[in-house]
Amino acid sequence: MNYFPDEVIEHVFDFVASHKDRNSISLVCKSWHKIERFSRKNVFIGNCYAINPERLIGRFPCLKSLTLKGKPHFADFNLVPHEWGGFVLPWIEALARSRVGLEELRLKRMVVTDESLELLSRSFANFKSLVLVSCEGFTTDGLASIAANCRQLRELDLQENEIDDHRGQWLNCFPDSCTTLISLNFACLKGETNVAALERLVARSPNLKSLKLNRAVPLDALARLMTCAPQLVDLGVGSYENEPDPESFVKLMTAIEKCISLRSLSGFLEVAPLCLPAFYPICQNLISLNLSYAAEIQGNHLIKLIQLCKRLQRLWILDSIGDKGLAVVAATCKELQELRVFPSDVHGEEDNNAAVTEVGLVAISAGCPKLHSILYFCKQMTNAALIAVAKNCPNFIRFRLCILEPHKPDHITSQSLDEGFGAIVQACKGLRRLSVSGLLTDQVFLYIGMYAEQLEMLSIAFAGDTDKGMLYVLNGCKKMRKLEIRDSPFGNAALLADVGRYETMRSLWMSSCEVTLGGCKRLAQNSPRLNVEIINENENNRMEQNEEDEREKVDKLYLYRTMVGTRKDAPPYVRIL
Amino acid sequence: MSYRLLSVDKEEPGLKERNYLGLSDCSSVDSSTIPNVEKSNLNFKATELRLGLPESESPERETDFGLLSPRTLDEKLLFPLLPCKDNTSATTGHKNVVSGNKRGFADTWDEFSGLKGSVRPGGINMMLSPKVKDVLKDERSHAKGGGLNNAPAAKAQVVGWPPIRSYRKNTMASSTSKNTDEVDGKPGLGALFVKVSMDGAPYLRKVDLRTYTSYQQLSSALEKMFSCFTLGQYGLHGAQGRERMSEIKLKDLLHGSEFVLTYEDKDGDWMLVGDVPWEIFTETCQKLKIMKGSDSIGLAPGAVEKSKNKERV
Repeated sequence: MNYFPDEVIEHVFDFVASHKDRNSISLVCKSWHKIERFSRKNVFIGNCYAINPERLIGRFPCLKSLTLKGKPHFADFNLVPHEWGGFVLPWIEALARSRVGLEELRLKRMVVTDESLELLSRSFANFKSLVLVSCEGFTTDGLASIAANCRQLRELDLQENEIDDHRGQWLNCFPDSCTTLISLNFACLKGETNVAALERLVARSPNLKSLKLNRAVPLDALARLMTCAPQLVDLGVGSYENEPDPESFVKLMTAIEKCISLRSLSGFLEVAPLCLPAFYPICQNLISLNLSYAAEIQGNHLIKLIQLCKRLQRLWILDSIGDKGLAVVAATCKELQELRVFPSDVHGEEDNNAAVTEVGLVAISAGCPKLHSILYFCKQMTNAALIAVAKNCPNFIRFRLCILEPHKPDHITSQSLDEGFGAIVQACKGLRRLSVSGLLTDQVFLYIGMYAEQLEMLSIAFAGDTDKGMLYVLNGCKKMRKLEIRDSPFGNAALLADVGRYETMRSLWMSSCEVTLGGCKRLAQNSPRLNVEIINENENNRMEQNEEDEREKVDKLYLYRTMVGTRKDAPPYVRIL
Repeated sequence: MSYRLLSVDKEEPGLKERNYLGLSDCSSVDSSTIPNVEKSNLNFKATELRLGLPESESPERETDFGLLSPRTLDEKLLFPLLPCKDNTSATTGHKNVVSGNKRGFADTWDEFSGLKGSVRPGGINMMLSPKVKDVLKDERSHAKGGGLNNAPAAKAQVVGWPPIRSYRKNTMASSTSKNTDEVDGKPGLGALFVKVSMDGAPYLRKVDLRTYTSYQQLSSALEKMFSCFTLGQYGLHGAQGRERMSEIKLKDLLHGSEFVLTYEDKDGDWMLVGDVPWEIFTETCQKLKIMKGSDSIGLAPGAVEKSKNKERV
């Protein structure tokens, strides 16, 4: 390789896409490091506080696509107070100042303001793609600037964001000359939609492949949109509260029939079940189906739909499908790779016989040999079931089981679920992500430490007995990157046993555990490359008392490795040791 | 800040009497943020300023999620670091002995559980060295008792549990709320998070409106959260509020603060909380804001009059 000119090597590097591999390449020698640096187009930053924009741009001046993640995962469940951080503005400002030719920005759990969006829209002439997942802080005014100013916009994908809907006319802001849209997803907008503007936009976007509407787009509009865009591959349906009249129904069905490229269906936020049959003609082509927001659809309607989806690879559904429905999935969807079953009734107020149990899980594992990712919310589980699942499906990469009631044991034997999860980690040698729940002792963590060699992310809640549990995991899982723990009795001994370990991980979250302020301070003392953040929400009070009690338990601990030291944008209640 | 006001209250007698809005034991308020505080301290802590996350303020909530093994509370500082070494030797120990002593998974399962279970899972081999086995067996029997006894009623609401994105909770809630008549009374996810901000507070909060069934509950929860605001005279308007009116005014005096609770409705207008029946309020409220009394003048027709009334008292 040394004898080739740089351009040739660069060309070879073009074939190397994965971030991990490119990072490895850059470590081979100085020459490769330099070539790789200047040819890197896509950069992924898993924690926006691990590095700063200046250093990023310094190393990768030619970057075109940036992915940034901000808040820790548990922020999704309201465990991280507002204004904690994750602001994208400094990044956009720095990129704009340095005249980086940014074309794509993908953000997750970050705070995005209208000002940031405005600046983004004006600073990068070739900007093509904006993907925002679980972000907040902006309004439809920000979207309007993106629509108006990004002349090359191909993708605007808004997934599950908290957006203030000013009911403005942001859709009108797409200029008539904008014909390059490939993907438009505004399903999470809560307000009215200018349907006429939307129809005009879709009509002039011949390349549109993905369209996800919000609940304000009614059924007749949907029919017209689909007639305009039969080339759609991915459709998110809005809402139809009322039963359609026969004429509208026929129009819709006719429009849908023409969409022979449709492979992915989602939305159905409010849908009268009798609309579903309109989609039957294309079910056989579907590879992805997300009905997890369709609270109104009863199990039997879902079953009828799913029975037609023989090619399904990805299914997101509510537990109203029931074990019976999952049996149908198992019998029909032999190509299934990913399944998510969400609870329709969170507080356990209903004695809901239709919800899913361990029976459904076992059925799926038996019927779907290609299954590798599962997220399953249920009210009960048994070790026997988990052991059977492990035997049926040794190929799991992601296994997330959430038993709704904390500490719930095996409902038949009243044992802890250690053995069940133990079987999973032992059988699934490629397991990268695991979430455990139910009654669990230190033993499950012993199993995890022993067997889960590829595990990168572990979520623990209400589990374990002593520090040993956490130690088993830290000692055993060499590839661990993200460890998040809540309400479990792990304390300073576990936290401090191997401080160097944390520099090999992206982050550690511990909330409502037994770690104390003293322990965290000791941790921070010898770790210049770790940021140790304590979130105590009554911090203000404590500061006024002159003594600091080091035995005081810490509410929330979030620590992460960083190359740029303490961040400057933390709110007052976050203390960085 | 204004948090100081509450510390004055601490020294007054009858701390528990603060709960004069008739809510049940408010000691449960804080347990999610300090799950391991002994029970005897909980009442005291409840009257202290606590800024737990919004969902933890529901008065009916049960406690004790974190109290798996009370015995470890005292040990935590004395817990030696030795186990780390023990474990590594144990784990490497039996990893090397893989070829030997293979035991059926069923055998070890039996031994640990101590039960001759009727269900025998087969086929997966699992072996542990005797030393590790004994250690774990002991701890298991401790844990079993603790774990089972601590399983709380499913109705208890824990912050951030089950782990579902609030976006999903909110979306499901607005779907099902429109169709509760048709859907067999299924409550659905029933969460409705709205942001609550307060003038002068460094950060805003979120509350789930569906965890409350009346203005009193909401106000008491918000009060605990922000510790010194005054309700507008919703007592004057709300049907249930009349008998509470004098108590609320008393509270106004005690705090001596001038904050008023307002909300933004679906049309983007800011209104005083309490003017409409609770059910309508939950459907139209987009955001909550605790404003200074002076800022709230002109909000609703009677607003000017209301703040005048306050001063007279």
